[in-house]
Amino acid sequence: MSFNIRGRAWKFGDNISTDLIMPSFAYMKVGHNYKKLAKYVMYTNRPNWTEKVERGDIIIGGKNFGCGSSRPAAGPLKALGISCIIAESISRIFFRNSISLGLPVLEAPNIQRFCVENDILEVTLVKGTIKNLSTGKKMKIKPIPKNSPPMQILEAGGLSAFLKEEILQ
Amino acid sequence: MAEKILARHSGREKVNVGEYIWAKIDVTSPGNNLGALMELKETGIKKAFDPEKIFVVYPNTLLPSSLEASEQVNSLRKLVKEYGMKWFEYGRHCIFHQVFAENGFCVPGDLVAMEDSHTTNYGAFNVAACPIYVECTYVMATGKLWFKVPESIKFWLTGKLPELCMGKDVILKILGTWGSDVSMYKSAEFLGPLASNLSISSRWSIATMGVEIGAKFALFEADQKTFNFLKGRTNRPYNPVKSDSDAEYVEEHIVDVADLEPLVACPHDPSNVKPITQVEKDEVKVHQAFIGSCVNGRQEDLEIAAKILEGNKIHPDVRMIISPASPEVWKDALNAGWMDIFLDAEAIISPPTCGPCFGFEGILAAGETCISSSCRNFRGRLGSPESKIFLANPATVAACAIAGKIVDPRKYI
Repeated sequence: MSFNIRGRAWKFGDNISTDLIMPSFAYMKVGHNYKKLAKYVMYTNRPNWTEKVERGDIIIGGKNFGCGSSRPAAGPLKALGISCIIAESISRIFFRNSISLGLPVLEAPNIQRFCVENDILEVTLVKGTIKNLSTGKKMKIKPIPKNSPPMQILEAGGLSAFLKEEILQ
Repeated sequence: MAEKILARHSGREKVNVGEYIWAKIDVTSPGNNLGALMELKETGIKKAFDPEKIFVVYPNTLLPSSLEASEQVNSLRKLVKEYGMKWFEYGRHCIFHQVFAENGFCVPGDLVAMEDSHTTNYGAFNVAACPIYVECTYVMATGKLWFKVPESIKFWLTGKLPELCMGKDVILKILGTWGSDVSMYKSAEFLGPLASNLSISSRWSIATMGVEIGAKFALFEADQKTFNFLKGRTNRPYNPVKSDSDAEYVEEHIVDVADLEPLVACPHDPSNVKPITQVEKDEVKVHQAFIGSCVNGRQEDLEIAAKILEGNKIHPDVRMIISPASPEVWKDALNAGWMDIFLDAEAIISPPTCGPCFGFEGILAAGETCISSSCRNFRGRLGSPESKIFLANPATVAACAIAGKIVDPRKYI
């Protein structure tokens, strides 16, 4: 898993729920298949957006990103090619699911003012730095601590790989 | 309370807010994440940490409606039996939190991590219970999980609940006043004279919707009502925790319900809460009314609905769905005569299901509105992005079903 990320910013507002990211009608239709679910991400609030997303793009969220249901919304986001989520605050279950699926998620209270849509951002996970390559601005955030379980799980590439390593030991 | 439970489960005297720990999980369930069972098998795990402590139901919907679905259920059924986990066959299944609690799943002082965001509900029984999804395989394999020790936030519940106000209105008041992120990452503790006076059912509604205020845990203290509910359901010893008088809280909020009136969460967020007298003025036409879900599908909820519906007919343009949360609730409703009232009023009585809450059944077409006793009203949750969901207590839902529009239930008693 890459700890240095570069991608284009897509901006979303507050309280983006997992119902919006992974709608129930979509998984009724295609089942729990992340690749197939990817095209339904934000279908309700931003139809056809997924067609514009390119591998490596970054989602910028407001407050309480990923709130609501515990469904693994990080799965379709990752399958869509999203490399990282940066939001003002992140719902607890969404945070844990993302880490467990190896999708980096970061809290950055001022991120909405730091960039506009289509800016190119560069993120260094371990140091907790975000560079806006379009404006030249830099910001520092609290990184996920080294040696903490979430960082160890990210380093393993997700919880499934982490479990396999644990069993082998 | 959360710190005490986490310390006890990580073999420590004391844990500190903000530190990362690994803690032992008492009981778990893959809930809707049945892929976790397959992953367990694929990873080569031969034995789950303690199969007796893993409860499994097929997801909270009705019987399989296709051959494909039926084959899937069957392969899962086989896996559950192979691992020796506790399986709830159809007829004993559905809103799993209700069925699990009725079957002695957890006891005061437990630490639970299981699938489904409304896992916070077991906090009604003094259980630190947090929702997971992807981590189900890991917990079933190892019986442990990492935690960041949360800060605690106190909601001091006080005042006497006015007529036709219920636990649902208490949590809606909290949502409307402090927002859906007030308890993010925190352990929410509900204390005070009203917390003691509330029925188990009302406490349960509040703890269930703890996740709607972002909570990791939503804890009540255990008391005689808790023990009465658990009696005969489990043989496991209880180890309840209480809040110390000098316990540290990052925030403390007083929730006084003396002047409360039934509340409604308007589209498209559970925190968009308004009093019924205000919403009533808008004359909102209703197409579907739903009483059920893990929040409001219990005896207390059906009883109040029966009081309102007795001798009335549901509005001709409304379909009303009433889904008892478990076979036990259903039987009690039958014995109490409430089912007769519902049928006479021309409601649909549905087997226990989560469907009309999370969008598997009772799908809304564009332009339709549902008044629901459930937990969430996010845009598009029940179908069309152009549909609307209003959340309210079961008394309000029943009154709206009669009127065909959003009305104050106090006029219908």
